[in-house]
Amino acid sequence: MNDLFVYTLRLGDDALISAQRTAEWIAAAPQLEEDVALGNIGLDQLGQARSLLQYAGSLDGRTEDDLAYFRDEREFLNAQLCELPNGDFGFAMARLLYFATYQHLLYDELRSSADETLAGVAGKAVKEVAYHVDHAMQWVLRLGDGTEESHRRMQAGLDALWPYTAELFESDPLVQRLPVAVDPSTLHDAWLERVLAVIDESTCERPSSSYQHTGGRLGRHTEHMGYLLAELQHVARSHPGATW
Amino acid sequence: MIEPLWEVFVRSRRGLSHTHVGSLHAPDATMALRNARDVYTRRQEGVSIWVVRAADITASSPDEKDEFFDPAGDKVYRHPTFYQVPEGVEHL
Repeated sequence: MNDLFVYTLRLGDDALISAQRTAEWIAAAPQLEEDVALGNIGLDQLGQARSLLQYAGSLDGRTEDDLAYFRDEREFLNAQLCELPNGDFGFAMARLLYFATYQHLLYDELRSSADETLAGVAGKAVKEVAYHVDHAMQWVLRLGDGTEESHRRMQAGLDALWPYTAELFESDPLVQRLPVAVDPSTLHDAWLERVLAVIDESTCERPSSSYQHTGGRLGRHTEHMGYLLAELQHVARSHPGATW
Repeated sequence: MIEPLWEVFVRSRRGLSHTHVGSLHAPDATMALRNARDVYTRRQEGVSIWVVRAADITASSPDEKDEFFDPAGDKVYRHPTFYQVPEGVEHL
């Protein structure tokens, strides 16, 4: 498989799997307004996924649907952070803060990629993701600096997801030799600064972890990924080629 | 917890006034503005949003309808169309 295909798939799978988890909040968020907000965010992520998977597919003779619905777990290249089950609302906002801040830095760099398609997708997405960061930040601040219970849950979410953040910034030979790619390791310092500033202001403690999960970029996933894909793919696989 | 109610006003484009579009719940003004963006402008309905705490609006009461509004009913001379403009008046 060529490098550009694999790289595009990594970005597209992050967006697709995040969209699936975000969409699970619709009709389950704490209030109607948040249902709509998360619906908008999930659809932004899905839009990014579609553009990226269409592009990846065009390099490989497949469609976006082939890539979304007819790949098996080991062929998905998203970071494990994206696939973890939703947990409570504090957990969800911690993930959105970590992930959207990463995406924002990434797309901001990718805008000037020599690959016009990737640059175009990034240019559109960077504005969407700036809003996702803001939304997550507003909630982390309010929950962290809210009641005793909301503080406890916000801290628990930040702590539980911290060991899944290093994977976002892993460098490997592929991103180093592919000139149109952004090496994610170059984004880590800026990410850390931005995320820790929010955590400090929220009155939560800075999380730390000696262990960091890895493997998503190689197709190795958590036990939750299979269940997620079953839900995502089962209609398309039960009725292959169906249209409406 | 019941969050405060906010009234939302959206300016649909430059040059027009903000128009009331509905209401929503939010814990504070910052979140109200963001919720309004998500709920009321997701189809490009606006270029500017105001949110006002519903409790801060002083409204006329239906009980006061008679004395508030009825007296205007028979005063047709308050409409400019009541007056005949004489021929030859300029700049009117």
